Amino acid sequence: MTQILSRRSAMALGVSATFFGGAAFAAETQSRKLVVIICRGAMDGLSVSPPANDADYLALRGPIAITPDKALPLNADFGLHPKLANFQKLALAGQARIAPAIAIPLRVRSHFEAQDDLETGGAALYGASTGWLNRTVSALGSSRPARALAVAPSAPLILRGPASTDTWSPGGKFNPSANRLTTILQDLYQQDPVLGPALAKGMAVEAEANMVNGASAPLKANDVKDFATGAARFLSNPNGPAIAVISVDGFDTHANQGAAEGQLANRLSSLDQVIGGLQQGLGEDWGRTIVIAVTEFGRTARINGTHGTDHGTASTMLLAGGALKPGGIIGDWPGLAPQKLFENRDTAPTLDVRQVFKGVLIDHLGLDRRKADTQVFPDSSDARPIMGLV
Amino acid sequence: MAGLPSPINAAIAVTRFGLGAKPGEIADASADPREWLVGQIHKDGAPQPLSPTAAPFPDSATRFKDFVAYREAVKAAGDDEVKRKAAREALHAPTAVELLCRTQLAATTGQPFAERWALFWSNHFTVSVLKSEELAALAPSFEREAIRPRVFGRFSDLLRASSRHPAMLMYLDQAQSIGPNSKAGLRRAGGLNENLAREIMELHTLGADAGYSQADVTEFARALTGWSVGRPNQAAEYEGAFLYRANVHEPGARRIFGRNYGDGEEEQAERILADLAASPKTADHLARKLATHFVSDQPDPALVARLSDVWKRSGGDLAKVAEALATAPEAWREDAAKIKTPYELLVSGYRCVGQAPRDYGREVNNPLNTMGQRPLSAPQPNGWSENGSEWAAPDALIKRLQWAQGFANAYAPQDDPGVVAASALGARLSANTLKTIQRAESRKEALAILIMSAEFQRR
Repeated sequence: MTQILSRRSAMALGVSATFFGGAAFAAETQSRKLVVIICRGAMDGLSVSPPANDADYLALRGPIAITPDKALPLNADFGLHPKLANFQKLALAGQARIAPAIAIPLRVRSHFEAQDDLETGGAALYGASTGWLNRTVSALGSSRPARALAVAPSAPLILRGPASTDTWSPGGKFNPSANRLTTILQDLYQQDPVLGPALAKGMAVEAEANMVNGASAPLKANDVKDFATGAARFLSNPNGPAIAVISVDGFDTHANQGAAEGQLANRLSSLDQVIGGLQQGLGEDWGRTIVIAVTEFGRTARINGTHGTDHGTASTMLLAGGALKPGGIIGDWPGLAPQKLFENRDTAPTLDVRQVFKGVLIDHLGLDRRKADTQVFPDSSDARPIMGLV
Repeated sequence: MAGLPSPINAAIAVTRFGLGAKPGEIADASADPREWLVGQIHKDGAPQPLSPTAAPFPDSATRFKDFVAYREAVKAAGDDEVKRKAAREALHAPTAVELLCRTQLAATTGQPFAERWALFWSNHFTVSVLKSEELAALAPSFEREAIRPRVFGRFSDLLRASSRHPAMLMYLDQAQSIGPNSKAGLRRAGGLNENLAREIMELHTLGADAGYSQADVTEFARALTGWSVGRPNQAAEYEGAFLYRANVHEPGARRIFGRNYGDGEEEQAERILADLAASPKTADHLARKLATHFVSDQPDPALVARLSDVWKRSGGDLAKVAEALATAPEAWREDAAKIKTPYELLVSGYRCVGQAPRDYGREVNNPLNTMGQRPLSAPQPNGWSENGSEWAAPDALIKRLQWAQGFANAYAPQDDPGVVAASALGARLSANTLKTIQRAESRKEALAILIMSAEFQRR
């Protein structure tokens, strides 16, 4: 299989960012948006982007393989899952790319340790206790004041930490300024270190939600696409957040995973709706947006005994957005030959998620490289940023 | 000594260890707050939800047959969306009935510490109605059959009951796991599913930082092969019940943590489970989790050590551990460090007005879904977070406020709001909150203020 080396050419392109004058670059980055979609439960990269020319793929996967006749075409070497129609459309327009063999820094097979690592960006287990997007907000500081919003009732770990971040989720209209109770509670919560700040922030975000949602029909708490629509409306607000996080659950397909249809297909359909919803909702801001969909780890290369797959290592990361530069796959494809598999079991990682995160933060949001290596991703100078994606 | 008779200890017993005060409950507990808690510990387990009809709730096997019938109905319905929907609603209806009764039990029980203790273990051994239609049918019976009867027994028995229950075997995909060298495995492409093995080690017993390896997980998964659920083609007594399938059991001895487990068919995994239950790492893991759940997101190390010590000395006797918690000085700190979960908040709202919900969808499922904690629907096998501060995120707090206003509109009692507040919070009610409640412009507003007060949101 051909190995598409994006790294070298990408780095050459990335130099261009440094030619912006500091002030011009800073101003230009002010309006840029970043959305991180966390796919929880270990999303199966080999179904997201089936390697069309990998001689071992079909045999490893048997009935759950995404066969060439079912896959949506992406490039000569990879297809896409048939439920990823929005993403494919973007890819064919040069606004979406995949990193097909990417992993978190740690080699663990626990969902929860791996999600912690994905969200803290730690070089080691428990290497950091706050979220890397929270530290991004701190590191951008006054040079590029950025707000971050989780579209969820509570902030996921990726956003937790000392910097102030927001949460919001669909669930009925609420007008805080017309509500006597909020005024009463502000007074009652004065001494409470948790509830006081939470209420103040909740009211501010709710007021903003009323503004950005306007008179449109209320968004639904049980529809993931409405989460994307909500995120897009916040991001499009000129004074709104620059960073948003959405979680999509249910990727832990140990049994009856399905192929073109079935359990995993349903989850991928949700993910695709989120991506499509963001594009649609962001309108012209889509051109200033990067969306990253990432999971804690991939799944075993072989089908297991129950028509599913178990916890693996590398998986596929999806990148989309009008700010993305067109290009091939990001990172190398290791192949699925027996001797190439990680521990004779999983897709072997050729890329560290931090390399993409750092490249996007530097190029897209103007994060200082040194801060990326030390503060946002501690002890990560070995994980060299992939420049030129944006 | 901890928990001696005092107004503040009576309020702590009922609100921190219980589910919020019913009218008069704090007064009842004031004679001996500690004994009020210890007296709820019964060897035969926690109270069960009461069936609304003369017939008891259906057991797992019955619900499994309901699922099989549902599958047939869907097949027969073909593309007829109306019929498919009717079949699905018929399958889900008993689950909604039972979850309503479960909430009613929580809202009315005179043994709220036992109920909280049961809810803790139900969440520890998470199964979710969202996993599949099978689980939508079986999740309530899992809690009723495997968890509630054993929450004050030995942890090893609780672990065994959870691990062998059809709902858990299906939730963590064990039911279909096949030993590659078993008779069935050699005949066709079949294989291991290590989901249950991993989560038992990581979540149910040792904890993620206990230092086991992938090899340990795989060995345990091999030992567990054969633990399955009877399907309709089985003898009637096995349908929807635990079934050991000898023909899928991986033959041979297993080695886990350097310990050997000789070939033993069904009993091989039992021996490993017993050792996992007895491990000191399990005691430490669960002691910390219990202290976090009941007392503080940053539990006092002395409390964790105390619970772990009792756990180890008693061989995992959960009645002894519950008693140790209820009598530990560190558990009676005066400040209320924990934020209630949405379920605890909702239940305590009903308790403070002496009511119980009557409509599952409107009063229980929908508000809890919006507040982020739909019953028996944790998104992942690690269950709902035990970290109270996560439940008080800005958006979550606004959702609580919206619920509190709607609830107060429907349920504000005719009593004096100051009396309702004093009855709900006892000595924990601050002068400022009481004054604010008394100044409210209506009884509805007064109840909403009470529910949203820091004293009521915390425990």
